[in-house]
Amino acid sequence: MQSLLAVSGLQKVYEGSGRRVEAVRDLTFSVEPGELVCLVGPSGCGKTTLLKCVAGLLAPTGGEVLLEGRRVSGPPPGMAVVFQEYGRSLFPWMRVRDNVELPLKQKSSLSRARRRELVAEALESVGLADAAGAYPWQLSGGMQQRVAIARALAYEPGVLLMDEPFAAVDAQTRADLEDLVRRLWRERGMTILFVTHDIDEAVYLGERVLVLSASPTVVQEQLKIDLPAERDQLHTRVAPRFAELRTHVYEQIQAAKRGSQVSDPAG
Amino acid sequence: MKHLGLRLFFALALPAVLVVGWWLASADSTDVYWPPLRTILTAFPDVWTGERLRDDVLPSVLRLSAGYASAAVAGIAFGTVIGSYRRVRAACEPVLEFLRAVPPPVLVPVIMLFAGIGDTMKIAVIASGCVWPILLNTVEGVRAVDSVMSETARSYGITGVARLRHVVLRSASPQIFAGLRQALSIGIILMVISEMFAASNGLGFTIVQFQRSFAIPDMWTGILLLGLLGVLLSLLFQLVERRALGWYRGLRAASLSRLGSPPGRRSRFRVTDRAQPSSVGPPRARPLETDAPLRLTRRRRSQ
Repeated sequence: MQSLLAVSGLQKVYEGSGRRVEAVRDLTFSVEPGELVCLVGPSGCGKTTLLKCVAGLLAPTGGEVLLEGRRVSGPPPGMAVVFQEYGRSLFPWMRVRDNVELPLKQKSSLSRARRRELVAEALESVGLADAAGAYPWQLSGGMQQRVAIARALAYEPGVLLMDEPFAAVDAQTRADLEDLVRRLWRERGMTILFVTHDIDEAVYLGERVLVLSASPTVVQEQLKIDLPAERDQLHTRVAPRFAELRTHVYEQIQAAKRGSQVSDPAG
Repeated sequence: MKHLGLRLFFALALPAVLVVGWWLASADSTDVYWPPLRTILTAFPDVWTGERLRDDVLPSVLRLSAGYASAAVAGIAFGTVIGSYRRVRAACEPVLEFLRAVPPPVLVPVIMLFAGIGDTMKIAVIASGCVWPILLNTVEGVRAVDSVMSETARSYGITGVARLRHVVLRSASPQIFAGLRQALSIGIILMVISEMFAASNGLGFTIVQFQRSFAIPDMWTGILLLGLLGVLLSLLFQLVERRALGWYRGLRAASLSRLGSPPGRRSRFRVTDRAQPSSVGPPRARPLETDAPLRLTRRRRSQ
């Protein structure tokens, strides 16, 4: 079976003012249709660089990204990105409704009525149907990030990329948003690539976790998360298996910082 | 309602004091050049009759509108191009620095050579002075478009005209409006100056005529009228700005309250344009001040 998203031998080197920084050395992984994959790594390990290369926002120095078999050379139409900085990603001069609708207007195949429908559905499924007429800055941080998620949903992307989307919201909102992502993923059968520096979040959300090494980045380990599909903040997080997995990922990341490897977790 | 009354009181108190002061100070004046305010105000309705409004004030306002509008269109258009491309900016910067340093009134004789002494000349003079603050502020505004917003737009395929219209110009609009506001006062000044050269009607022309024929109270009424015109235009401008930049005021107020300033103490002096946490709103460059390239010293009148 062909992977939906295939990253092979990806390398990114920043060059400037006489300094050569190799942010990403050699990354190879793939995402199957309908998967929820979390990328986790120590801070400063080039996660954002990687995601921008995948999104077609940055040109890689070496290697390639394939989306549905086609090489990504610019932002592909079938991809949506949810950024960490929701306050800078939503357009403050537009109401919530218009923020969600603007990307759809670029798809000429969509009728006005269909656009309206998609916007309403997307806002409904993130629980913001009432906020359609508000401006983003009238909403709390968590709500703003929901708007950004709704915008991505309405776009109906083949792959949804999320770049540390909950790093700037408080802990409780964060838990809610994690559950929202899990729910949307299960309801809509979406394919999500979720980047985070939070180990618990990666294990809680993902079906598969890719542990990245410190910069220059390679894939340190691929880990299947064999937790039940039905997860909730209360029970999943205290399950023994959850603890094992998170401990393992934690050790891997510590090892990644030192540059060594830990053996597979029993199970 | 009470709030509105209070605001009105604050807005009108100082003008009232000044008028009363002028009235009292000039009441017994016998100086020809300093007529009592009473005399000036009595002359006002006699001078600014319907005919004068049509033959002098209207042409002035029309020239101002035409010059201002063409400056706005040209300034925003070129500013957007210059602001969007680093190379173009590098090539244009020295020339812009030179051109904006040339005081526009100096251009009047030059423009007269090319555009004659008609309305075209006056509109060109107004436009050539107004365009700089608009252009430079647009350049800054377009340059300062937030990188995350740009990437968001790119990743959703918002490019070309849609990007310009929905992202770039909207994001630059606070700065563009700052430029437009500066240009408005420059425009009024240039309207008057251009009419002092080789004109046969207009506000500037009329005021100079009164001065030359020693109709001093009439001259003063002209100056009062110019002031009133300025106030009126600035009110109109504020109205438009309030509509176009409502989101910006809201955004700044929201950023401020999120930064923890106690409610009710949101003094405008605490509004910082820079260095706000990335999650609360786009960082903005301060509107650019142009060193208003205007020399308003008295100059010898040709004629």
